[in-house]
Amino acid sequence: MTALTDDTLPVTGRTIRDEMIAFGVMTALLLIVPFTGLYPFFVMQALCFALLACAFNLLIGYGGLLSFGHAMFLGTAGYVTAHALKVWGLTPELGILVGTAAAAGLGIVTGLVAVRRQGIYFAMITLALSQLLFFIYVQTPFTHGEDGIQGVPQGYLFGVFNLAKSTVLYYVIVAGFLLGFLIIFRTINSPFGEVLKSIRENEQRAISLGYKTDQYKLLAYILSGTLAGFAGSLKVFVAQNASLTDVYWTMSGEIVLMTLVGGLGTVFGPVVGAFVIIAMQQYLAGFGQWVTVIQGVIFVVCVLTFRRGVIGEIAHYFRRSL
Amino acid sequence: MQALYAQLLVGLINGSFYALLSLGLAVIFGMLNIINFAHGALYMMGAFCAYFLLNIAGIGYWPALIVAPIVVGIFGMILERTMLKWLSGLDHLYGLLLTFGLALIIQGVFQNYFGSSGLPYAIPDELKGGMNLGFMFLPIYRGWVVIFSLIVCLLTWYLIERTRLGANLRAATENPTLVRAFGINVPRMITLTYGLGVGLAALAGVLSAPINQVRPLMGADLIIVVFAVVVIGGMGSIMGSIITGFALGVIEGLTKYFYPEASNTVVFVLMVLVLLVKPSGLTGRTT
Repeated sequence: MTALTDDTLPVTGRTIRDEMIAFGVMTALLLIVPFTGLYPFFVMQALCFALLACAFNLLIGYGGLLSFGHAMFLGTAGYVTAHALKVWGLTPELGILVGTAAAAGLGIVTGLVAVRRQGIYFAMITLALSQLLFFIYVQTPFTHGEDGIQGVPQGYLFGVFNLAKSTVLYYVIVAGFLLGFLIIFRTINSPFGEVLKSIRENEQRAISLGYKTDQYKLLAYILSGTLAGFAGSLKVFVAQNASLTDVYWTMSGEIVLMTLVGGLGTVFGPVVGAFVIIAMQQYLAGFGQWVTVIQGVIFVVCVLTFRRGVIGEIAHYFRRSL
Repeated sequence: MQALYAQLLVGLINGSFYALLSLGLAVIFGMLNIINFAHGALYMMGAFCAYFLLNIAGIGYWPALIVAPIVVGIFGMILERTMLKWLSGLDHLYGLLLTFGLALIIQGVFQNYFGSSGLPYAIPDELKGGMNLGFMFLPIYRGWVVIFSLIVCLLTWYLIERTRLGANLRAATENPTLVRAFGINVPRMITLTYGLGVGLAALAGVLSAPINQVRPLMGADLIIVVFAVVVIGGMGSIMGSIITGFALGVIEGLTKYFYPEASNTVVFVLMVLVLLVKPSGLTGRTT
């Protein structure tokens, strides 16, 4: 079996420096967005999906596990946060906390089932689990079925920041995204991340070296699900609703597509991929179902000719790791 | 009791489709090492093909039962020759991603032209009406679907497990390089296998057209259930796929009668239970 990302470069001081510079550039760009006249709602939405794709990428790019059900974390955290804010009247920080905690719990339960199989089966199992959850959410009353939970109040974060103001909300979302991104960045470069990469490259060898690979994979899955849930909780403040589309399999497919376009197993690829796909959806919104067709075409083209993705190709060209 | 038997029959019919689709998935996976995400879309194409044959060319149900699987099968073989072929040697997951993209394209195009609502397809005259079996009323078409699917499944099993062609196929699954050394054209065999799997899906589509109407998204949710069926049964054995498919259909039918709220989820719940007890699936080998 050929690994998903073929030319892994050794991590050196230069690699870390390159990634730090790229991180600085990304942060600077995000901070100046409100002064550029760019539509902040678009950037906020893209950032939520970027964090989601980064969390997904932690699993596929570094653990070799393709989850086709990551929408379940997005949707679950979204529903719980929206319900907590609207019905229980919790503050935003508590709402995010319970939403993320719900995703973590879901990660533990589904992880214990899914990690029992690898490769192609893992993808089918996660897809089936998310479809199971979709049908549960269709039937449970608190999700309000097809309508979803609408008109979620944004409130005051920590009692100070008025999230109804779009500039304030924008910086809060940027802060949340950067926090999640740094957690992933740290995980990738930790001893834990190194073990994950070794499992991706050759699981048998990792087992023979004494690593309990199932536990590592489970932990990576839970972490990925929790961060995906965090992105889902943040998204509630941007969209002010939580609906069934966020739990449906098409959403899981979009997460995969974003990561694939940006570059599987690259640090910054999922961020770029999320912006590309969200922008495409914005501009092509008038074309109806053709958007689905175009997404399909992108999938096919990426898999056939462009497997490294945007960032992966750039990194490969410059022989750098990004 | 009438309602119970009726739900059992619905379960058997769904089971027929699960069996035909999971059988195709297993055959394709064996040869190509690809999980064919486009299987649901190709099933839908089978139904649309029958619909077009009837409404454009005036060709009825019986010829469609043969023509539609061949047409869609050839379409599948073109996909294999032009795209899937290039993925051999790469990670399995790329096959899943590529066929997922193909499913989006096919379903999107059909949705664009036909919306999301269903198109009617009439039951052929010969199979209209029903029989009173004493304990229940059996619509003839429904009984036909179950029996015909079972026959097709068993014929496929016979083809793969008992004929010379099947023996070559199984050998090529184990070790393609060695089989090529014997002078057997393995790439052509791979293409034909994909065509066979796709043809089975299209056949299921034609069979379902009079029952479930013809809709662009008719295969989209079905394929996820079939994935769960495949996880439960494992892809190691042909007969295993057939039996698991029918059995899960029946269980789903029973659930519809005894606890309808869970009828959508029962297959997924069973998948979780099987994974907890026997992770390799009921008939599968560990992978």
